[in-house]
Amino acid sequence: MTTTALDTLDRLESEAIHIFREVAGEFDRPVILFSGGKDSTLLLHLAIKAFWPAPVPFPLLHVDTGHNFDEVIRFRDKVVAENGLRLEVAKVQDYIDDGRLAERPDGTRNPLQTVPLLDAITNHKFDAVFGGGRRDEERARAKERIFSLRNSFGQWEPRRQRPELWNLYNGRHRPGEHVRVFPLSNWTELDVWHYIAREGIELPSIYYAHQREVYLRDGMWLAEGPWGGPRENESLVEKTVRYRTVGDGSCTGAVESDAADIETVIAEVAASRLTERGATRADDRLSEAAMEDRKREGYF
Amino acid sequence: MSDLLRLATAGSVDDGKSTLVGRLLYDTKSVLADTLDAVHRASADRGLTTPDLSLLVDGLRSEREQGITIDVAYRYFATPKRSFVLADTPGHVQYTRNTVTGASTAQLGVLLVDARKGVIEQTRRHAAVLALLGVPRLVLAVNKIDLVDYDEVTFSRIAKEFTAHATALGYPEDAVVEIPVSALAGDNVVEHSERTPWYDGPTLLEHLETVPVDADPHDAPFRFPVQYVIRPRTAEHPDYRGYAGQVAAGTVRVGDEVAVLPDGLRSTVTGIDTADGPLEEAASGQSVTLLLEHDLDISRGDLIAAAAVPPKVTDEFDATVCWLSEKALTPGARVLVKHGTRTVQAIVTELRTRFDEQKLGSTDAPDSLTLNEIGQVALRTAEPIPVDDYTKSRRTGAFLVIDAADGSTLAAGLVGAPLPELDGVESCTDGGDAAEPDSHALVSPGP
Repeated sequence: MTTTALDTLDRLESEAIHIFREVAGEFDRPVILFSGGKDSTLLLHLAIKAFWPAPVPFPLLHVDTGHNFDEVIRFRDKVVAENGLRLEVAKVQDYIDDGRLAERPDGTRNPLQTVPLLDAITNHKFDAVFGGGRRDEERARAKERIFSLRNSFGQWEPRRQRPELWNLYNGRHRPGEHVRVFPLSNWTELDVWHYIAREGIELPSIYYAHQREVYLRDGMWLAEGPWGGPRENESLVEKTVRYRTVGDGSCTGAVESDAADIETVIAEVAASRLTERGATRADDRLSEAAMEDRKREGYF
Repeated sequence: MSDLLRLATAGSVDDGKSTLVGRLLYDTKSVLADTLDAVHRASADRGLTTPDLSLLVDGLRSEREQGITIDVAYRYFATPKRSFVLADTPGHVQYTRNTVTGASTAQLGVLLVDARKGVIEQTRRHAAVLALLGVPRLVLAVNKIDLVDYDEVTFSRIAKEFTAHATALGYPEDAVVEIPVSALAGDNVVEHSERTPWYDGPTLLEHLETVPVDADPHDAPFRFPVQYVIRPRTAEHPDYRGYAGQVAAGTVRVGDEVAVLPDGLRSTVTGIDTADGPLEEAASGQSVTLLLEHDLDISRGDLIAAAAVPPKVTDEFDATVCWLSEKALTPGARVLVKHGTRTVQAIVTELRTRFDEQKLGSTDAPDSLTLNEIGQVALRTAEPIPVDDYTKSRRTGAFLVIDAADGSTLAAGLVGAPLPELDGVESCTDGGDAAEPDSHALVSPGP
């Protein structure tokens, strides 16, 4: 008797669904981090499949830097409404307005997300927080567990991580601690795109090629927005671009691209010689250990 | 359609494992320009004239500072034929803990030796741990073959010795392959080397691309730990009640008779649901939702199993544990056992034997088990649980030992005695050309 062979995407999907169900079975108050970006949209798609035909038994949380792309926020709200989900928003802007956080000299707000995220986790008593992190993104993430224990300061302690054996996840934690859960750990960027194509998952339009006024800084094409625009020696030019990641608009760069649909995006990603973080995230370029340092502070 | 191979590497830092993994990533073009730039920069900063490929994989700051790998790291690469998930496990710091972790999900183990040193104690221990964890296939990469002048005799001697050891551990000969490589120079990693004309086997990557991926045996009896009960109670699905889980072993078909354990109730599968539509059957590895004929009281922690071949339901069993905590195990310890989707209280009633990692001997009725030690224990659980022998079913024969006080994972547990006859290792190599006959036995005869 033969059975249908499972391909790579089937195996990755099954693993992610298994992880969602483990968390639903073992935690009291899980939450999915959801920005409207491609990884969190994929995460939500998998959660919906894991509990079908019942609704997803978790709310969503967006840590909003205030430096958003309009297309992404509209998409976020549409997805929430269509699926009857509950969205909590923790706003970096609120923290800047009342002085709990100060704007950084470089204007980048990604590092400022940590405090609002940890406050939201504490205030809502979330005990499991799903993130879209993948181990192929960066060297420090390659050592991340699928269930990543965080202390009451949200910190990642590499030497305290539990060995992760078989598919038996140990989610036990003490009061005040929580667990970050990464169902996409074993996916690569190309797996994500192939799966989005296979499943016909809708994404914000800025992932596909479009016309945009951008300026060049540190080798990245940045867009003008509430976070600022070109300096004196920089000028706006109209380019055909798309985004490979979506984050804080002040430090998320576009790449020049004609890839206007999913097939051409996949061809481009497959041929690309830059990692998506290296291409488009200024905050990861700060130091050789940038990501590790931010993880230790409680960032994802 | 490409399939997926999960592999684990083991070897000490001196064997050049990080360099080999870096080489695989580099030569399969899995390293992108910016990552490579960073490696070139960091290598130049250290005064090196050629890029140090090990920098591609040593992730944490302390690892880069000390030039060693501390923790298991996962690497991803793909060729048109296959996708690979590689668990890169460190050699010498807490090696049992890391090798056990990497091996628990691996379908293939890649061991490294230095061609100048050959098979050493640590190679034998790593192979024994991979065998214990049920990794179905092994590759021995005989590295630094350039430093023995690409000598065929040296390679053949090492290959013969390793095959003998692996055979004694229970591996069939066709499950073990030795390959002469130089990770630094790239010989036989991806491209065939002109400097080893006497070697007509596959390169490491060719082997990884073509080695059969052992699908879990389809004749294994069906096992399905219930993760979650799906009850929408919506207008569209008012009475829907499905049992969500991942098939841990075997195959299930609509119409199959099943037993729900530990209670032993029986029912018939009336449907196999997924969000993409119903299925007629589901096999090991698939996440599905089962519908049953009878309205039973089933919840998370129960195991749905083939009615004709159920697992043993017991509250007392023997197991092998790989102790992963600095907190030692002593007889009478109260712990939690996480098996499948059920966590139960348990007492370690007896320590039967300890296999000492340092002395490579065994002790009967030891006082304790400490970090990185492997031993046989007897367990009693607060309630009966359905267990399979680990050698029969990797998923339903495995469990975690958890500290009830702080929640940490203390040990990897394997029901039964997966390596009962390691004395065979000694007898096999004693008469051979092994250099260190006293160092062969990781595990001595069981009780």
